[in-house]
Amino acid sequence: MSEQKSMAIIATQGTLDWAYPPLILATTAAALDYEVSIFYTFYGLQVLRKNLDLRLSPLGNPAMPMPVSLPVLVQSLPGMEKMATIMMRNKLAKKGVASVADLREMALESDVRFIACQMTVDLFDFKQSQLIDDIEYAGATAFMEAASDADITLYT
Amino acid sequence: MANMTLDAKGLTCPLPILRAKKALKSLNIGETLAIEATDPGSAKDFASFCNQTGNTLLSASESVGTYFYEIQKN
Repeated sequence: MSEQKSMAIIATQGTLDWAYPPLILATTAAALDYEVSIFYTFYGLQVLRKNLDLRLSPLGNPAMPMPVSLPVLVQSLPGMEKMATIMMRNKLAKKGVASVADLREMALESDVRFIACQMTVDLFDFKQSQLIDDIEYAGATAFMEAASDADITLYT
Repeated sequence: MANMTLDAKGLTCPLPILRAKKALKSLNIGETLAIEATDPGSAKDFASFCNQTGNTLLSASESVGTYFYEIQKN
């Protein structure tokens, strides 16, 4: 075990909003000289795609602020997901929040380890060519090894 | 006068800290970095950043929505 502090994160979510917490914490921890691993599994794999296309749905999320309150039936209409995604992207940009792509790049630059869960890569028929380079492919055992040495472990 | 100045105005968490970390890398030990930010959360974050990295927060102040910090690299 090294003297350097470390953090291990499991990231299971693949929506535009939930892509942020693991990347914000990982880049910040790296700036504080932590060794960081993020284990992307299930929908989290969306964040590792070369062609990022993260979306957001107002459906089933009454906490999402909307400019006008819409009945659930209206939220389920075609195009609503696209609208919510565009609104969130505009809001993020307007407030000076980094894009997911930029944060991911910064994480890679600061040597954050990205580990794609092999089982879910196969489950969803991802090809390695669809995901960014410089990531590792492994299973739960590899995460346990990183987590057992970590000062901080998080599940998101 | 600081050895380097960082304009982090308009940026939100975690960007001011990430930019500061990058800027500090290019400084020598003992040199100082001046930062301007508009993120209100940066006040606590820069103090916490210095606590955890062993750098010294020489000064921190605020004037009409702009936050000024000076950090010495240790």
